[in-house]
Order: sequence, then C-alpha cells, then structure tokens
Amino acid sequence: MTATASPARGTPEGPRVTAGGGDERLLRVSPLRRLLGRPELGAVVGAVAVFLFFSFTADSFLRPSSIGTVLYAASILGIMAVPVALLMIGGEFDLSAGVMVTSSALISSMFSFQMTANVWVGVLVSLLVTLGLGAFNGIMLTRTRLPSFIITLGTFLMLTGLNLGLTKLISGTVSTKTIGDMEGFPAARKLFASSLTIGGVDLKVTILWWAALVALASWILLRTRYGNWIFAVGGNADAARAVGVPVRGTKIGLYMGVALCAWVAGQHLLFSFDVVQSGEGVGNELKYIVAAVIGGCLITGGYGSAVGSAVGAFIFGMTDKGIVYAEWNPDWFQFFLGAMLLLATLLNAWVRKRAEASR
Amino acid sequence: MTAGTAETAGTGGAAETGGTAGTALVELDGVAKFYGNIRALEGVSLEVHAGEISCVLGDNGAGKSTLIKIIAGLHRHDAGDLLIDGVTTTLGSPREALDRGIATVYQDLAVVPLMPVWRNFFLGSEPTKGRGPFKRLDVTLMRETTRAALLRMGIDLRDVDQPIGTLSGGERQCVAIARAVHFGAKVLVLDEPTAALGVKQSGVVLKYVAAARDAGLGVVLITHNPHHAYLVGDRFVLLKRGAMAGSHTKDSITLDELTRQMAGGSELEELSHELERATGPEPDVTASNVSASDGTAPGEASGKPLRPA
Ligand SMILES: Nc1ncnc2c1ncn2[C@@H]1O[C@H](COP(=O)(O)OP(=O)(O)OP(=O)(O)O)[C@@H](O)[C@H]1O
Ligand SMILES: [Mg+2]
Repeated sequence: MTATASPARGTPEGPRVTAGGGDERLLRVSPLRRLLGRPELGAVVGAVAVFLFFSFTADSFLRPSSIGTVLYAASILGIMAVPVALLMIGGEFDLSAGVMVTSSALISSMFSFQMTANVWVGVLVSLLVTLGLGAFNGIMLTRTRLPSFIITLGTFLMLTGLNLGLTKLISGTVSTKTIGDMEGFPAARKLFASSLTIGGVDLKVTILWWAALVALASWILLRTRYGNWIFAVGGNADAARAVGVPVRGTKIGLYMGVALCAWVAGQHLLFSFDVVQSGEGVGNELKYIVAAVIGGCLITGGYGSAVGSAVGAFIFGMTDKGIVYAEWNPDWFQFFLGAMLLLATLLNAWVRKRAEASR
Repeated sequence: MTAGTAETAGTGGAAETGGTAGTALVELDGVAKFYGNIRALEGVSLEVHAGEISCVLGDNGAGKSTLIKIIAGLHRHDAGDLLIDGVTTTLGSPREALDRGIATVYQDLAVVPLMPVWRNFFLGSEPTKGRGPFKRLDVTLMRETTRAALLRMGIDLRDVDQPIGTLSGGERQCVAIARAVHFGAKVLVLDEPTAALGVKQSGVVLKYVAAARDAGLGVVLITHNPHHAYLVGDRFVLLKRGAMAGSHTKDSITLDELTRQMAGGSELEELSHELERATGPEPDVTASNVSASDGTAPGEASGKPLRPA
C-alpha cells in the first residue's frame, strides 16, 4: 500500500521523521515546499514580477498616490473576484456577474428616484432583488442541470437587455436621473464611495470592503463546514452528494454570494457619482474570472483560494494603472492581461505538479 | 462507539446463522428498479442482520450496484418494500440513509481527490466548535480523529494532509471503509471493495470487513469473487440480469456450488465440453478447474455467446 510514495525522494534532507506523525516514509517538508503547495503561489510570483517591472519602467509608479490608485482599481475588481473565485472552486461560472453589478446600481437608483425620497430604501430593495437574481441563477442551474455557462449566459443577455430597456423606459435616456440631492445620499456615499487618508495616501473605502470580503471568504473556505462543501461540490459533486453534502444548497449559496458582492460593487458604482450608465458592466465578468484563474483557482473546480483572487485582482490593478504611468498606449492592457493569464496558468500547473510530487 | 454493539453482535451473530431470530437491520422484499424502460432489478429480496455479512454476487450489469444504491438512498425503488429495523421506508437522499446509520462505500469510491484526507474523512459530517458567527471546524479534532480511526483499522497513513487522490487505491478504499465504520454506522455497504486491488490488498480489505462485522455492524458485501465472498459471508444472494438467481446461507452451500451457480451452472459445464472439443489435447478442463484458475472473473468465463438463446 505504500507503492505511491513520492517521487521527490532524492532530496538531500534524507529520510527524516516529522514532528507529530513519526512516519519514516514521510520526508520532512521544507518550508519552501510547503509554500509551493499553496494555490496562490503562482499569482504572488507574478505580482512581484509585475510590480518590479513597472517600478523600473514607470517613474511615477512608486509614488504614494499611485499606490492608492492601483489599490482602488484592484479593489473594484477584487470585490467581485472573491465570490467568483469561490464559485469557481465550487465548479461553476457566472457570466452574469458583470452586468449584475450595473443592474444592482440601476435598481437602487431608480427605485429611490421613482418610489421614495430616501436612498436607503432603494439600497435595501436593490439588495433583495440582486440576491433574488443570484438565487435565480443557482436554482435554474440545480433544477435544470444544464451547464452554468449556458444558464448564466442567458441571465447575462437578459440582464443586459433589461438594464438598457427598463432604464430607457423609465428615465427616457440611457442613464438614470441624479439622486445626489436625496435624503441619505451623503451617508450612503460615505459607506460605499468615500475615501480616507492614511499616512498621506488617499485610500478608497472599497479597499476596506475588498479586504473584509477576502478575509470573510477565506474564513468560510478554510474553517467552516460550508467551505468544506464548496471544495467538495467542485471537486466531485457526486461523491459529495453520496456522503450527504447538500450540493444544491451549496451551489445556490455560492450564486447568492456573487449577488451579494455585486450589490456592494453596484452601490459603489452608484454612489461614486449620482447617476448610472445602463450599458456598463458588459465584459467585466471575464475579468473576474481571469483574476480568479490567475489567483490559482482551478477552472474545473475543487481547488483555489480567496487570497489568490485578491492577488489576481492586484495584478490587474497594477497592469491597468502601470501602463498609464509608463505612458504607453492603454491598448496594450488587454495584450498584457492575456499574456499574464497564460503565464499564470502555466505557472500554476507547474507549481501544482511540483507540489504534488513533493508530497 | 463500537464497544457496546460489539458484544451483542458477537453473541447474536453466532447464535442466529439461520437468520430468522430478531428483526433485520435492513430488509429488501421484492424490490424493483427501472431506469426508463430498462429493468435493472426486479423481485429481489435481501436481509442484513447485525454481526453478519450478506454477500451479493452476480455478473457485470446484474444490478448489484443498483441494489445497493437503493439501500444507500441514491435511488428510490419502484416496487417492493425497503424495511429498516422492520419498518417500511423510502429513502429520499443519501443524507437520510446516513442519518439512519447506513454507510456506503461506493464502487467509484466517492472521495474528492483534491481534498486532504482529513477533510474527506469528515465530509458531510464535519464537527464544529464555537457559537454563532464563530462556529468553525474543529480542525485539530478532525485531524487527530482521522489519524486515530485509520490507525485502528491498521492503516498507517503518512500524512492526513495529503490530497486523497495521491493515496493508492487500496489506501483510499481503506479510508472510505474507516470513515463508514467511524460514523457509528449500523449497516456497512461495500460495492466491490476488492475489485482492482491486488491479492494482498484484497486480503487487507477483507480483514477490515470482518473487523466491521465483529464490531457488530451488518455488512452488505458486493463482489465478483466467490472465493472472497465465501471467506467472509454468512448469506449469499445471487443476481442474474436483474433477478434473483438464488439465496443461500453459508451452511446450505459449498464454495464449489456457489462458484458453479455464479458462473452459470450448467452453462459452465457446457463451456467445458465446448472447450474440450475445441482444444482437443486438453481433455481435463473441468468446471472446477476453470473457476479455480480464474477465480477473479468466473462470470466472464461463462461468456455471453455461450448463453443458450
Ligand atoms: N443510471 C442508469 N441509467 C440507465 N441504466 C442504468 C443506470 N445504471 C445502471 N443501469 C443499467 O442497469 C443494469 C444494472 O447495472 P448495475 O450498475 O447495477 O450493475 P452491476 O451489477 O453493479 O455491474 P458491475 O458488476 O459491472 O458493477 C445495467 O444493465 C445497466 O446498464
Ligand atoms: Mg456495480
């Protein structure tokens, strides 16, 4: 039964008994090896490389103000990359995530404007409706057993159409009416779109939202039953069901997590200004997926981390702004991103192989 | 969990080889299952008693896995009765079966390869500590219990943190069995645990199966191998193309007879005659020789083309 012992035996450490286990077949795993086993390692290496690259090529990249800007760009994406990563670990995609952010912003803006005098009512209604959209995705998926690609492509198209159609129908134009003079607006702006100055660096509040979400998601993934189930439904849904994991509930919960974060991002979109453009958000769903994949999530599910998605989003932010600071044509951004995606995926695959061999 | 039940089982199992005393833990009575218009199972009956091993034998596609999936709650039966502790029941999900103490080790193993051994071990029944928003997995307990439970089964695992996919097939099988035994199951269902295992590993798995029986569990063992079945089994149910082809207790049948029936009885005699004619200079190919030399797949030896049309 020991035939599958690791091929990485030839390390100079030699056979050594570990502290707790006391098994001579188990070589001591060096800290470096342990590090290699982390899903986000590839992304961290990539992030360091990108950071160094722009530090040398763009003079203004290392200024404090630039750091605030980079982090802001990363947080906008990162807030959504977190739940998308969890969903990917759970084995599914959500192509409607990008436009759902816009939908959420539109709902709270238009509901506030048309129905009440207080923006908080709109914000709350938006939360409920957006969670409903997430639940719709999840329930459709688990009921029909169609691939999530198809289901959420459907919701993506429908939401894109609804965003434009309903906004034009209600406001007469492609953007909503301003809600800047409504009751509760300053407080809501403070919560979703203010900035704080820490040590001379101007930091947007979305960075805090992002950090909190990453921490929460990591806690859920690694330390709760629900997290165990997320890995299991993504890694082998049939096996999970067979040992009593509520597969449907887990997946619906994941889609509602995407919706919750879309609500946060949507409220930021609204309260950064006071109007919303109804055509926004299309294409962002792919960026979230790219950030999650760069962060080490396995596209087939069952493997990945929330921290990884954050590092992926950070790479995004650095690339996005670094190109501007280096005074290049921003057209290069997409090329950069594509190359980064390929490199990160290759690196992740290589790391995973090494990690498995090192066991 | 096993201390109390072990004693009752030890005495009970020895006393009632006839199997009529006491209610069965699980009983199937004339059960049928259809996949659309495919009849996978019809009129099959089976009893599982505490401290006994019931073996289900049959060719490929005979309906063995279908049978245990009904007991495990993965499929609902279409006709007949499923009795648990003497009460007629339908199981809606594997969760229900687990909650009633029926643990299953599936043919396809039902583990999540990329997850660590300890997470797999507790999957679906994770222990937690703390309250409210701080309710969290009891990771140390999970790790230690996994290691201890595996050790009790005699499995000395290198590292409970390694992905279960990196274990050998036999080790994985043992983890699945240890998991089923640990969760205080009253009934342990194993679908071909020794298929794809080496001779030595099969022996190890059979030892665990016997250990589970001695701990007082009722065991359903599915296998292609009459030698394995006869080694540990107390009752034998033979399935053939979805129907019962026989039901025996250990004292009412010999290994040779079991092997003969499994291999299709008269079909095998016919086979030996045919082989005699075909090969000429090998006149001493007899039924017992065929089954003994090819113990792992006597079912295949009978061969479909030879089935009387
Ligand atoms: N989900 C399904 N849909 C349709 N037919 C099925 C399904 N599962 C099993 N069957 C059919 O039911 C019959 C019995 O299958 P089952 O898996 O129970 O056989 P088995 O005895 O376990 O075979 P093996 O020894 O190869 O594991 C087969 O003819 C199979 O094709
Ligand atoms: Mg089978």
